[in-house]
Amino acid sequence: MLIDTVLFYIFAVMVLGGGILTITRRSAVHSAISLIISLLGVAGLYLMQQAEFLFAVQIVLYVGGIMVLFLFVIMLVNLDLAARERQFNRGWMIGLAAVLAVGAQIGYFLYRGGGAFRIASGGVTVPPAAGNTELIADTLFSEYLLPFEITSILLLVAVVGSVLMAKKRI
Amino acid sequence: MHPITTVHYLALSAALLLIGTVGVLTRRNIVIILMSIELILNAVNLNLIAFSHALHNLNGQIFAIFVICDAVAEAAIGLGILIALFRNKETVQADEIDLLKW
Repeated sequence: MLIDTVLFYIFAVMVLGGGILTITRRSAVHSAISLIISLLGVAGLYLMQQAEFLFAVQIVLYVGGIMVLFLFVIMLVNLDLAARERQFNRGWMIGLAAVLAVGAQIGYFLYRGGGAFRIASGGVTVPPAAGNTELIADTLFSEYLLPFEITSILLLVAVVGSVLMAKKRI
Repeated sequence: MHPITTVHYLALSAALLLIGTVGVLTRRNIVIILMSIELILNAVNLNLIAFSHALHNLNGQIFAIFVICDAVAEAAIGLGILIALFRNKETVQADEIDLLKW
């Protein structure tokens, strides 16, 4: 139990610290590196909650795929000029105030209603009958077959769309 | 030390969501705005996984997979738009792109 708690706080610091660095760094490359730290923390939290398949997907897809895409675009687009300019827009105080208001609401909700999640005390876990990946595959290819197929159409549209956007002449 | 409950995960996920929202609302650089959107989607995933673990139900993890697919599509399209935009306007600052503004 103790090691769970310690690991949770380590990952939480990774997630939140990486997130804060992502939105405050001046250089986009530094932001991308901080985002990778944050995503790795999220992957660790998946592993702590017995979502092993998503842990692997998170690392392979996010850290290996999306972040490399981001870094490629950062290299393609010249960001030197942007790094020297103002980093926050003119209405940043309004945005921050709105987010803090929402945060106060969520905090109040979790403070007052947290007891309702008592079902959820972690630790009491039933060992599953099969592996996590196997169970996910069973559910995905039986109950969620149609959404799964629709996702493939979504990805096809995204591929065609991004080629169309990035092409010089159509 | 208290054991970690779902509420801890929900609070962490809410904090990550708020950080991402601050990034979207206040930054000027479009690349970093897109990264903040990734943070928001990760917060959603964390929430889904927390409830999936708490309720011993796999549907949350399936939904998280769909959310990840969405994030991939969004990143690809968003970065494609960014490249097209940079080619035409030579800027990546969100508040300098005001062609539709009166």
